[in-house]
Amino acid sequence: MSRVRALAVVLMLLASCEREDRRLDSREFTTRYATWSDSSKGPYDHNAHGTTEGQMLFEQMNCSGCHANGGGGMGPALMDDKWIYGSNPNEIFTSIASGRPNGMPAWKSRLNNEQIWRLVAYVRSLSGLTPKGDRPSREDHMMVKPSPYQTPKAKPVIVRSTFTPAGR
Amino acid sequence: MSNLPVAQLLVEADVAREAAALDATWRDKSGVWGWLCAVEQKTIARRYIITTFLMFLAGGMEAALMRLQLARPENALIGPDRYNQLFTVHGTTMMFLFAVPMMQAMGLYLVPLMVGARSIAFPRLNAFGYWNYVVGVVFLYVSLFINMGPDTGWTAYVPLSGPAYSPGHRVDVWAQVVTFTEISALCGAVNLIVTVFKMRAPGMSLNRIPVFVWAQLVVAFMIVFAMPAVATGSTLMLALDRAVNTHWFNPAEGGDALLWQHIFWFFGHPEVYIIFLPAIGMITPIVETFCRRAVFGYTAMVMANITTAFFAFGLWVHHMFATPIPELGQSLFTAASMVIAVPTGIQIFCWIATLWGGRPRLTVPMLFVLGFLFTFINGGITGVMLASVAFDKEAHDTFFVVAHLHYVLIGGGLMPLFGAFYFWFPKLTGRLLNTALGKLHFWLFVIGTNVTFFPMHILGLNGMPRRIYTYAETTGWGTLNMLATVGALTIALSVLVFLINAVRSWFSGEHAGDNPWDAAGLEWATTSPPPSYNFVHTPVVRSRHPLWETTVEQPVVTGLRSDRREILLTTTFDAQPDSRHVGPDGSIWPLYVALCMGLLFIGSIFSPYSVLAGIGISLIGLFFWGWQSTQDVEVERVALPDGRMVDRL
Amino acid sequence: MHSFFDPASPQARAVAGLWWWMFGVGMVIWFGVFAVAMYAARQPHGQRGPDDLEHVSPERHRRMERVVAGAVFATILILCAFLVYDFSIGSVLAMHPKRALTIDVVGHQWWWEITYEDPNPSKRVGTANEIHVPVGELVQFKLRAADVIHSIWAPNLGGKKDLIPGYVSTLWFKADTAGVYRGQCTEFCGMQHAQMAFYIVAEPPVKFAGWLAAGSIPNPPPTDSLLLHGRDVFMQRGCASCHSIGGTDARATVGPDLTHFKGRAAIAAGSLSNTRANLTRWIQNPSALKPGVRMPALELSPGEMNALVSYLETLK
Repeated sequence: MSRVRALAVVLMLLASCEREDRRLDSREFTTRYATWSDSSKGPYDHNAHGTTEGQMLFEQMNCSGCHANGGGGMGPALMDDKWIYGSNPNEIFTSIASGRPNGMPAWKSRLNNEQIWRLVAYVRSLSGLTPKGDRPSREDHMMVKPSPYQTPKAKPVIVRSTFTPAGR
Repeated sequence: MSNLPVAQLLVEADVAREAAALDATWRDKSGVWGWLCAVEQKTIARRYIITTFLMFLAGGMEAALMRLQLARPENALIGPDRYNQLFTVHGTTMMFLFAVPMMQAMGLYLVPLMVGARSIAFPRLNAFGYWNYVVGVVFLYVSLFINMGPDTGWTAYVPLSGPAYSPGHRVDVWAQVVTFTEISALCGAVNLIVTVFKMRAPGMSLNRIPVFVWAQLVVAFMIVFAMPAVATGSTLMLALDRAVNTHWFNPAEGGDALLWQHIFWFFGHPEVYIIFLPAIGMITPIVETFCRRAVFGYTAMVMANITTAFFAFGLWVHHMFATPIPELGQSLFTAASMVIAVPTGIQIFCWIATLWGGRPRLTVPMLFVLGFLFTFINGGITGVMLASVAFDKEAHDTFFVVAHLHYVLIGGGLMPLFGAFYFWFPKLTGRLLNTALGKLHFWLFVIGTNVTFFPMHILGLNGMPRRIYTYAETTGWGTLNMLATVGALTIALSVLVFLINAVRSWFSGEHAGDNPWDAAGLEWATTSPPPSYNFVHTPVVRSRHPLWETTVEQPVVTGLRSDRREILLTTTFDAQPDSRHVGPDGSIWPLYVALCMGLLFIGSIFSPYSVLAGIGISLIGLFFWGWQSTQDVEVERVALPDGRMVDRL
Repeated sequence: MHSFFDPASPQARAVAGLWWWMFGVGMVIWFGVFAVAMYAARQPHGQRGPDDLEHVSPERHRRMERVVAGAVFATILILCAFLVYDFSIGSVLAMHPKRALTIDVVGHQWWWEITYEDPNPSKRVGTANEIHVPVGELVQFKLRAADVIHSIWAPNLGGKKDLIPGYVSTLWFKADTAGVYRGQCTEFCGMQHAQMAFYIVAEPPVKFAGWLAAGSIPNPPPTDSLLLHGRDVFMQRGCASCHSIGGTDARATVGPDLTHFKGRAAIAAGSLSNTRANLTRWIQNPSALKPGVRMPALELSPGEMNALVSYLETLK
């Protein structure tokens, strides 16, 4: 019993290590994550710093231009439970890196793997698919949406029908 | 004072039997359970002193690591991530977990002895404050070791420490550690205020209170006013911004990033005096004892203390001269910052006058007083320089400020504290610290401090900002930084010498006896270390220097019951006997409630619901705590011989 | 190269004058007070009473009271002198320029965005981490922060001002000596606070005017095939998602403007001198030189790298 408890404590501490880690050497992680096979979590899903950097990229790369802070517009909403091309990290990585029909551009020539994985973590955090403590809290902007930290977890559903952009 | 109704000359009493009965009543229970339930004033204070000293060592090690990193340009010993955690935890430890609680701990140990009280006013609250503090200490250091150490500086400026730029829980740790220290500081402050106001020995009217007790009293009031500010800032606003996405500090939603600095420094500047005033309060008894004369200008010193406390709350903007605050407003704070040098100057002049008219003996505590004068005056002068808006806009946030604040805090805080250790160590342990090692410690410490921090003035004016983990070789800062590192290692060595001295002396030092220095304060009127009940008979005070009275007879109070924890309460101004009060005995509930509060605040980082849970289980503990306290209280009105009516329990 | 003791503007000179005065007075007080204390601690001056305590005759006590009161009075006088001197300097520094060259400075984690405003948008000049100012003219900085609080300070030119989100603050000075003055961010701003430096280049007005005029004119497009390849790498391999180069399609504002990149003395916010070797090292793996920096490492082949660096080297 006490061993189980000790193990639980150690696991908790390790979890916090992963959450709080600042992975600073971009190169090392770019090569390490060239192939990623874990379909339950992405390399930055449990890393608060990586997810927040993803949030920054989301804004800087003007993802909101189509996805409107995750609420959807020209592009599909990212905060809900509906996924057209799958919600697991590899599928989202492919969506970002290689693009998808109906307007999603391919980003792999503009971002490196590390940045795309950070975006993956942020996109997953938008619908609560990453652990709550690792999701970004509010930004220093106008409050246009609840922060990922507050979003309840949305159980992913694959929607086969193609997406109809708003206003069409 | 001998005409006091409850005071009579102790001609003949069975002191030994009385002492045994008192000890049985007042001593904490033995065993692990008894250890956890302990509420005895000196036990708790001793634990406080030891824990805070451990924190000093931890903070010092962090400083040494930082100095090693900065010793050479472009050093690769510690990366930015670790370095940022180190300087944040160093600052937080030294300010919140060492300096303030250490000064309070000295007060909690010494004040009841100095005013001739049996105990502290609220022993259980005291124990609660200590346990709370321990929870904060453990929390911060566990966090540091699992890479969750806060990393935005001990000032945690928003928006850097806000939710958008400090992901994860690192800053939450800082915000809640501050909460723990706020609570424990407030517990200590309330305790000290009531102890000083209501539990002084008969005859110790306000104008006879030792200067150290005055300093502790003034500081306790400062804590009561200052700590709620940072509690509002960190525990309420910052933590809410981070945990439930409020917008106190978000300019885009009508918040204000500068607001944090106002709130923080409204606490932060008085904080400096909360550390400094008790420290210089320690100087007075040392100077009096080793000059063998009463301090020069008692009233002026007490008034200077009070004035400093008032002005301390009117200076905070001088930490913010580089922000867009209108010039006219800033100049007001310049004037206030300069004015505060006057009361400090008064105290320094009074000590020098005391030295002048006395017969100084350069014992180790006195050496530290001289070290204080040398180091602190430098810090004070750079402080006046920094009060100038024009100059502060150059030196602000550079190593010049780092040098200044260390000169002030080491000179004005640590030097007197070390002097106090040498002075009161016999009272704490019954043994004297070794003088030869003490002198070695002193010289290494003074030289180390000046070699470390003096070059930093020049570094700062040569453009070196604070809180940088590296610098290019072309900046030309290498040589002075290397010098500062050598100085820092000298300080480390001196502290090691002190540790060896303390441990050796504790076990095998020379026995001190009750009053090794022939000092005047009441704390020397009892054994070393004092018994659990402090004094067999509460003494009666007839002057500012009770033990220097030449009359043979020392009147004492009799008539307090020894079979329960009776305490004599006296009036606030004249310390006339007023009523009796029965102190509580040991209890586990302070520890329990402290742990519940720990759950509440630490849990609040991870889930707001833990606040509810924490409050719920704390209330259970508080209920039992209160239940235990109210048992066995009977009140009875009785007439004193002078005709006044008092409550008798 | 950068020191408060070597002022290059009337503002900094005034403050340095104040400082030397305070330093002199301070030293006298420091050593004076300590010397008196040492003298007092060295020998007994009191009279031993029958109680083995030292006593001072009432007359002597009164004399000491007068001395202490005098010392307190002297302290107050010195402080008043400080105050008057400081206020006089402060009022000089606080004089707002009526008309001055205004330069927009925006602090980013961890670089400085510089814009020379002009009513004509095509004449606007954007640069980063290097501020050119004319000698002998009053210059005003309009300071804003993009993310967290930063603080700007060039020790030789004087004055320090925080850049606070939600506020616009101003700072002005007049460089009176030509030279290159280094400064760096002085308010802790996160991981790379240590490597957020900038240079202020004070040059004669004519030279400055030439620099400013050239600043709004983009470089002509390259003709050489290597350089064309380099430009393609820039546009297609990710650089253009963050950086802008005047006269091209690269218009992103996430990172520093690179229009006249090679005209700047340093890269990576003053961390490295702007040489070909450093630039290559930097592009290969920025976080090795500046851990935590937002610029990613791009997977470029040696050929691509060579072309890209060659192209960037032409952006004079």
